[in-house]
Amino acid sequence: MSASKPTGAESTPVVDLDGVVAVLGSYPVLAGASLQVHSGEIVVVRGANGAGKSSLLRLCAGLLPVTRGRASVCGVDLVADRRSVATAVGLLGHSNGLYGDLSVAENIEFRAGLVGATADEIRAAMARLGVDGRLADVPARRLSAGQRRRTALTCLVVRRAQLWLLDEPHAGLDTAGRDVIDSVINDAARSGATVLVASHEHERSERLATRTVEIRGGGIFAADGRPDQAGNTGDAGERP
Amino acid sequence: MTQTTEVTSPQSEPTATVSGTGTVATRIIGIAALIATAWLVAFGLGFSPADRDQDESVRIMYVHVPSIWVAYVAFVVTAAASGGYLFSKRHSLGFDRVAGASAEIGALFVAVTLVSGMLWGRLTWGVFWQWDARLTTTALLFVTYIGYLAVRRLGGDHHQRARRSAVIGLPAVLLIPLVHWSVVLWRSLHQEATVLRPDGQVSMGGLMLFSLFVGVVAFSLIYLWLVIHRSRVAALADFADDRLLADALVARRHEGGADTDSNHVDMSQTADINDVQHPGGER
Amino acid sequence: MIRWRHAMMIARKDLLVEWRSRIATNQVLPFALVTMVLFAFALDSESVLQRVAPGLVWLAVMLSMLVLVQRAASLETEDQALDALRISGVDPTSVFWGKSIALLAQLLVLEVVLVAAAVVLYRADVPAGGIVLLVTSMLTATAGVAFVGTLYGGLAAGISGRETLLPLLVLPVVAPVLIGATRALESALGTAGAVTSEGWPWVGLLAVFTVTYGVAGSLAYGPLTED
Repeated sequence: MSASKPTGAESTPVVDLDGVVAVLGSYPVLAGASLQVHSGEIVVVRGANGAGKSSLLRLCAGLLPVTRGRASVCGVDLVADRRSVATAVGLLGHSNGLYGDLSVAENIEFRAGLVGATADEIRAAMARLGVDGRLADVPARRLSAGQRRRTALTCLVVRRAQLWLLDEPHAGLDTAGRDVIDSVINDAARSGATVLVASHEHERSERLATRTVEIRGGGIFAADGRPDQAGNTGDAGERP
Repeated sequence: MTQTTEVTSPQSEPTATVSGTGTVATRIIGIAALIATAWLVAFGLGFSPADRDQDESVRIMYVHVPSIWVAYVAFVVTAAASGGYLFSKRHSLGFDRVAGASAEIGALFVAVTLVSGMLWGRLTWGVFWQWDARLTTTALLFVTYIGYLAVRRLGGDHHQRARRSAVIGLPAVLLIPLVHWSVVLWRSLHQEATVLRPDGQVSMGGLMLFSLFVGVVAFSLIYLWLVIHRSRVAALADFADDRLLADALVARRHEGGADTDSNHVDMSQTADINDVQHPGGER
Repeated sequence: MIRWRHAMMIARKDLLVEWRSRIATNQVLPFALVTMVLFAFALDSESVLQRVAPGLVWLAVMLSMLVLVQRAASLETEDQALDALRISGVDPTSVFWGKSIALLAQLLVLEVVLVAAAVVLYRADVPAGGIVLLVTSMLTATAGVAFVGTLYGGLAAGISGRETLLPLLVLPVVAPVLIGATRALESALGTAGAVTSEGWPWVGLLAVFTVTYGVAGSLAYGPLTED
């Protein structure tokens, strides 16, 4: 992986979680998670269903309140003001967030319009993810799972976020689609964005990763099983 | 609130036990409330005379008027505490619990007002309910605070509850002037709707006025006593939630590895986790 | 104004979805009309119907509003589009205005049909002198209803599966609108000998309500919906 990886000490991490507890209802989805991600990294979070992957991403996006601990994302203190992080992050959640009655193009134009993307950017992104042409006018409700995923990803691409949060981005996609996603993620990281990917498809996601961490029982551990030392471990979990 | 503040950090003092929500202050208030209530009974039912027009039914007024008065105060307290929560720097949950307790007891007093008013109406007007402005708006006030209390029970964490309910509890207080001026407002807009008013035609004699005053004192003390206890109970309930969360956290961390149960927030020292690490071990 | 632009984008999107799905025209509108017919069955007296027509029109509007608000909420939660909206960095005030405008537009269309239905079914009569009052009071009251519906609809949407709470929260709040708008409509239609001039003070009351809730919603929508 060619992405440069600044050594922890000098740069401020993009994601800096310390002992974060987050609660859904009365269930602690995150139970003291600590993680540091630095600019340009592509960190893959792996873990079983229910381990807290999605919650971690939602928390980083400011959608889930921090109940205990310290959390800052893109320089925004999530404990004090989690709404402000919205402009800096892009989230591809478990759901795609599409309006079933609107066409692919209408969905993308709406989301892109809100973040101020230009028509050219939209066109380029749609072409890259293969949702242009005839597909553009199809209502989102009638798309296949993979097509919906591509549409949602197009919305994310035009967003040009500092931090990309991807929840199972490969789910439902064919091989070609997965290759497109990988190249999109790599490009994002190369242009300075930071990427956090939640996945349980290891073969695919770990080829991308500059670092892999594991989430278990709402806590984050380095991929070799030790509690993640927030990047201090240097090469822990580094994959070719 | 001294008793509850010491138990708000569950980890530090897991053995703290609380035997009740009473303190010296609440006991004094409680005794004073009992004495005032006894006075109210004596004056309301005994010493004060029957009214010339309304006869004995005027005695209902000594409950009816103080209870709505206290309810108004209760809702103003709710609004003030909601504002306190929203605008203070610390967003203290103490404000929220007082707001909730006060609204609950305010709703109770509005209910007392409505029921006593209906009984009075049956005796004086011959009907339980009259679609007059004040009755209608009072009923509206009641339903609104029932809605407020429903919002408090929506779930989420304590601060979510506090923020949501404060946002509703603060503007809801604007209904009070509406209720208060409804008679005037209604009449100016709608001439024919001027019917008997629950508080009309009472020519207050000195003893009657005094009885009313005793009622106000008694109900205020009861309100104070209830609010203090209720918000302390709420604090204990929140504390119990926190304890449950602490237990749930321990259980949750167990999922992550059996030997990490003791010292989690700082997970730096547990280097000996030796369960499945291989990608293939995933479900 | 970026906020206003965002609000208009959201309003346009909501209306576009409604236009595409036709739920509003194929289900909500018939629902409102069925309600009107049921009122007629229940009251079963032409003179009574004529007398209470303005109230029934507004009651049908309120009930349809609940349906429309729940529908708008389910649109956003169906595929968690609400999350996408929340993290797009759009100010909650813009979301509030956008959704209110979309709801206002739908309700106004509905009201035109309902007033027409009242004329046909309840033999209500729209005198030329009352038209200005009719339009003004309807616009003011509907804006107020749209603000309240959007505000509490946002609260109900944030917490999935709690839609049953919506009527409990909304109906007491819109009760003053129901009263004011009905009286104004009675004056506009000349129901039971009411004269037009009696309606204007009610329009003033409706305006106060609408402005209050417009301001309250702009401030409170964020804190109420952000979880």
